[in-house]
Amino acid sequence: MNPIESSDELVTRYHRQALRKLLVLVVSVVGVIVVVGLFSVSVYDSVSIMEAYGIIWDHIMGVQHAPRSTEWWADRFIWNTVMPRVVAAIVAGASLAAAGALMQSLMNNPLADPYSTGISSGACFGAIMALVLGLTINSLSGQSGMVVNAFLGSLIPVAIVILISKRMPVSPASLILVGTALSYFFSSMVTYMMVITDADTLQNAYIWQVGTLDTVTWESIPLMFGVTVVGSAFVMFLSRQLNILSLGDANAKTLGLDVEKFRIVCLLVMAVMTASIVCFTGTIGFLGLVAPHLVRLLIGSDNRFVIPIAMAMGAFILVLADYIAMSVSDVPVGVVMSIIGSPIFFALILWQKKGYGTVY
Amino acid sequence: MKSISLKKRTSDKDQFAMDPDAEIDLEINSLSFAYGGPDSDFKVLSDVSLKIHGAQLVSILGPNGVGKSTFIHCLNKILEPTGGTVMVNDNDLSEITVKDLAKVMGYVPYTSSDNFPLSVTDTVLMGRHPHSKWGSIDDDLRVVHEMLTLIGITDLADRNFNELSAGQHQKVMLARGLAQEPRILFLDEPTSNLDVRFQLEITRMLKRLSRQKNMLVIMISHDINIAAKYSDNIIMLFDGGVYAVGRPQDVITSENISHVYEVGAQVITDNGRPHIVLVDDDDTDYDDDHNYHVLRTG
Repeated sequence: MNPIESSDELVTRYHRQALRKLLVLVVSVVGVIVVVGLFSVSVYDSVSIMEAYGIIWDHIMGVQHAPRSTEWWADRFIWNTVMPRVVAAIVAGASLAAAGALMQSLMNNPLADPYSTGISSGACFGAIMALVLGLTINSLSGQSGMVVNAFLGSLIPVAIVILISKRMPVSPASLILVGTALSYFFSSMVTYMMVITDADTLQNAYIWQVGTLDTVTWESIPLMFGVTVVGSAFVMFLSRQLNILSLGDANAKTLGLDVEKFRIVCLLVMAVMTASIVCFTGTIGFLGLVAPHLVRLLIGSDNRFVIPIAMAMGAFILVLADYIAMSVSDVPVGVVMSIIGSPIFFALILWQKKGYGTVY
Repeated sequence: MKSISLKKRTSDKDQFAMDPDAEIDLEINSLSFAYGGPDSDFKVLSDVSLKIHGAQLVSILGPNGVGKSTFIHCLNKILEPTGGTVMVNDNDLSEITVKDLAKVMGYVPYTSSDNFPLSVTDTVLMGRHPHSKWGSIDDDLRVVHEMLTLIGITDLADRNFNELSAGQHQKVMLARGLAQEPRILFLDEPTSNLDVRFQLEITRMLKRLSRQKNMLVIMISHDINIAAKYSDNIIMLFDGGVYAVGRPQDVITSENISHVYEVGAQVITDNGRPHIVLVDDDDTDYDDDHNYHVLRTG
């Protein structure tokens, strides 16, 4: 690399690199749009992909179609079967990716993901308690009882982790260990409940555990969407602080970051973001761990870019995986994601280790 | 608790800030530190009292495990002392928020985590964090460029932090510390991974900057000769306290070295500065008659 002659050159070069990073964002967003089109055509194949976009656009703009016309039927099909799924996939993908990037920076650990503090097993515990034992908070029954249970259940382990870190200074590695210990505790409870239940309930419980978008309806969207928008705005606002934390706690402190307080606030935000997704979709794995890494491999580790781009990438991956899962039928989206995602991830790591450096 | 007292202070008037022309005063009063709390048996520092005044280069010497890094961590709020007070220009350190402190105090650690490596530019740019505001990025980048030039690493600007050698790491962290433009800069063995040329250049530069930027530079060192050559004052730590403090010629004596490091040393004078030659008491003769060599073969 040539030495930089003047400070002006450094400034212009810096901004140019930022623009190049945004390219990955654009590619991911375009990817999402393409998959939405493919998805729509796959459920209602008497319209072309461009017509499908037109129908979605018309619906957003509030255009009414003549009852029982092709557009009217297409609109009903697309809007009632595809769109809730797709919107949920986009929101969940973006939220889990943001939470994953946040967690990895917060714990300064590339193996961290949104479930590292035990959120997933807490949520499973809550949901499966509703499913198997019929025990719900406020004695809500059916789907909504399960959602409320899962939401509250997922917050239990995080609450314990936060209480511990408030009482004494704990290193990020110990926080993850505490989370892991709590995970094992709740997982064993889940296993116990699954062992004592009948086959049908067991299957439902299992599907919930691996995550699915089948159960998502328009009613699920507002909470997910609201929490994701607020949460991710917050995470992006803190991205510079997260960068500083990547140098280690001591460094971050001497750069003016109150590390302990910052970590607690971020854990809380991350927990609510993840809980609001997981309670509707079950514990979708892989994405929160891998989407941020994929982005880092492509554009480097600057959180100001990693977080928004990982959100777009996460949305793209989940929508695509769900589209493929739907087409193959009866394969859970989490399985598709791992089968396709793992080799790509693996290849990118090898590519980077071969000395190509960051891929841009 | 602390955040409540902070709010009271900021609401009444003065956030901690330092007049750029004011002389620096660092006053350490019976500072103690023990890992595990004041009642723990693992005491590292006990009853350290010092007064450091004015822009200068101060070196902290002492054997491994004596608490040099712990001492510095007590002065920059990474650790909370278990006893005693630290006053920065008459402000009690325990009442200054880390945010305010970062504007006047910088720290270049011995190691940095690089799990999520940023580019060298971005890493040095972090030093600007305590000062940066919305839209100040271009000005901050200019400071970054100034520091990269000063340390002589503009050619590394676009490289990732994890692709660098240990010595280059150290230079980047140094540039980051300087980009913070602190009034007091702590460094933990800043030249340990550098070659001889840069050991001299960087230490000389630190001394020069202490004058130019009216900055108090306090560094931990294991290189007694480099410390003796450039330091204005030396603090020698031993057995949980200050064993000797003062001008290099008063602190670097063969008695002090042999007592603190338990190694024989002969002190000669070079340009008016002490220079030590280590003496090995073990007189076993290893130069026996077996055959050994290293030859260049191509």
